Amino acid sequence: MAYVYLDHNATTPLDPRVREAMLPFLDQSFGNASSLHRAGRLARNAIDGARAEVAALCGAEPGQVVFTSGGTEADNLALHGVMDGVMGEAGAAPGRILVSAVEHSAVLEPARRLARRGHPLELLPVDGECRLDLAALDAALFAVQSRGPVRLVSVMLANNETGVVQDIPRVAERVRAAGALLHVDAVQATGKLPLDLAALGCHLLSLSAHKMGGPKGAGALVVDRAIALEPLLAGGGQEHGLRGGTEPTPQLVGFGVAAVLARAELPERTARLLALRTRLEAALAGIAGGVAIAAAAGRLPNTVQFALPGFDGAALVMALDRKGFAVATGSACHSGKPSHVLAAMGLPVAVAQGAIRISLGLTNTAADVDAFAAALTEVAANRPGANWT
Amino acid sequence: MDHRTEPERFVYLDYAATTPVDPEVAQAMCGCMTAEGVWANPASTHGPGRAARELVETARAQVARAVNAQPDWVVWTSGATESNNLALKGFMRAHRKRGKHLITVKTEHKAVLDAAKWLERDGCEVTYLVPGADGRVDPAQVAAALRDDTVVVAVMLVNNEIGTVQPVAEIAALAHARGALVHVDAVQALGKTPVDMVALGADSLAVSAHKCYGPKGIGALVVRRAPGVVLEAQVHGGGQERGMRSGTLPTHQIVGFGAAAEKAIALLPTERARIAELRALLETRLGAIPGASINCPAAHGVPHILSVSFEGVHGEALVADLAELAISTGSACSAATPEPSYVLRALGRDDLTAAATLRISMGRGTSRDDVEFAATRIVAAVARLRALAPAA
Repeated sequence: MAYVYLDHNATTPLDPRVREAMLPFLDQSFGNASSLHRAGRLARNAIDGARAEVAALCGAEPGQVVFTSGGTEADNLALHGVMDGVMGEAGAAPGRILVSAVEHSAVLEPARRLARRGHPLELLPVDGECRLDLAALDAALFAVQSRGPVRLVSVMLANNETGVVQDIPRVAERVRAAGALLHVDAVQATGKLPLDLAALGCHLLSLSAHKMGGPKGAGALVVDRAIALEPLLAGGGQEHGLRGGTEPTPQLVGFGVAAVLARAELPERTARLLALRTRLEAALAGIAGGVAIAAAAGRLPNTVQFALPGFDGAALVMALDRKGFAVATGSACHSGKPSHVLAAMGLPVAVAQGAIRISLGLTNTAADVDAFAAALTEVAANRPGANWT
Repeated sequence: MDHRTEPERFVYLDYAATTPVDPEVAQAMCGCMTAEGVWANPASTHGPGRAARELVETARAQVARAVNAQPDWVVWTSGATESNNLALKGFMRAHRKRGKHLITVKTEHKAVLDAAKWLERDGCEVTYLVPGADGRVDPAQVAAALRDDTVVVAVMLVNNEIGTVQPVAEIAALAHARGALVHVDAVQALGKTPVDMVALGADSLAVSAHKCYGPKGIGALVVRRAPGVVLEAQVHGGGQERGMRSGTLPTHQIVGFGAAAEKAIALLPTERARIAELRALLETRLGAIPGASINCPAAHGVPHILSVSFEGVHGEALVADLAELAISTGSACSAATPEPSYVLRALGRDDLTAAATLRISMGRGTSRDDVEFAATRIVAAVARLRALAPAA
């Protein structure tokens, strides 16, 4: 049997339709979009089109889309863009930052950096199913005014490890009532969930192309018009002065086409992935001693996190790789380290250490899922230290 | 769309703004753009991830070789703007204890100047050196500006508007003698003129793929690994690139950069000689126009960029008259702003002359015939505009 890739939350292959759209911009329409001549205008038009498509994917206006090099840069731009602006004014007071404890490190790390620069940072807890504790959010926003006003809240739409989807509209209601700004990292949800800026109610939204069949190295921050952001990358004045650098036309065109396809095919994709996920979960339920993580929460249609307590997740990934299946321990970025997400959920250490993430994609089949479940069952039968239970 | 009819022939002479992706480079990239190819996340530990990581490391060695650096000096970025930002902000932040003084030059690319401006708001002191009329900085200027609290001297190897090559090695020696770090924007140099990071004495070097027939949206900051050469990361997250730059590595882009760097170095000697001949031809033809002045003589610049100013001609009208040529008045990044080039103004040109300037930049696709065609058109356009509105 051919090697089966089940790690689509790490990255997805380029959709062939996306690739075909990108190729002419590599060597034919290759102009610099900032050039005023015809070659430049061709590139500019293509980028404008992509901007409109990405905006349409999340119910935004094209003018609200700031293209970046990916989700990480979008998250960094959101946090630094808001908070550096605050600190830029002489004598400005630091603002508190609230961030969920299960955020991607692209949010957590800039938040910690801002904390080192004097902005108090508080991590918001989640329950055992990875769902944000709204009472804790209320308490942080309203009950402890003595600590000063909250400036920015960042909560992800879908968690990259567990796939759990947060109730962003209810978060937004509270954040707005407190007069703070809400950033939502929708990188893992891009192309997998319907996105609507107004319905979500956030001020800033991070997107990524490569999680939905688009190219790696392209992302966007969607920005509420009312917000004055400080750029992360100075120079050249591109992206309304919010992000300098020559626009990578093929990459952005690819992002745009991936957005069109995701929007058009979302119901069909969701149904297919959900059917595969259900099949996978049913098969995994037969593995003795296995733990389905966050199974009761609303999740992305493609994500399953499953633990074999007593096993080492990294060793499981390698064993499954040898059997011809690509899965992950948690986030690809953190291969090897214990997951901060599972720790925040309060899972027993043995569960967190034995967890793997299976993320399905559009090229996966029912046969892939069955073969994987069989392989994992086999691996599970050879529990290390057989006297563990 | 333009209401004018588009002209038949269109000659691209804006290789300093960007270059097409080389067919071999595109082919290498395509190997990472199909489901059968190598497309996984290079940070993944499974087989497909490791295969992607391997290609990324091959490309790292290719880019390192192109600038005479070690592979582990290369930090991938989204392009030169990010590289320049990372170097300037990263060095200044990491060396706060030493001081807050930065030295750079008025004719640097906006990526450097805007980062310097950002640093000024952040409490840094910046000295902006003014080069001579040909764009060259006198190392003595750097010596005079250096202070005990100077953290970085940032100077570009090749100017993007007029092509001047700066005496970087001499400047670096002076800076190092005073304990300052040296950052070099080598974006316009890679593949156009030899770049030897060690010989230059650069502590960090910004390079970009799309100026040397690689893809847009990928670049590198090459940072010498030595005691005291410490950088604070600017984009934080998953800890890729040894924590220097987080974000999923775009495998196809990186593979493209590696292939482009390797090919550019291989072609450099022959291409440079060929372009130098074309430039001589162009310089002769345009230099013969009365009131024309070459902004940087061939002896002090790279061959592929020729910047010419014309007295008594309206700049915008001139470019509009040359719709069959893809050329620019200055850098593409500043194209949208109506002001005349800050580079030329820094070199002492008045606003009218600065506005009446063409940057013609040649590359692999430029033939002798293209240059003849361009020269003929420019000669005719200047004559026509002068006849319409004789200079007062």
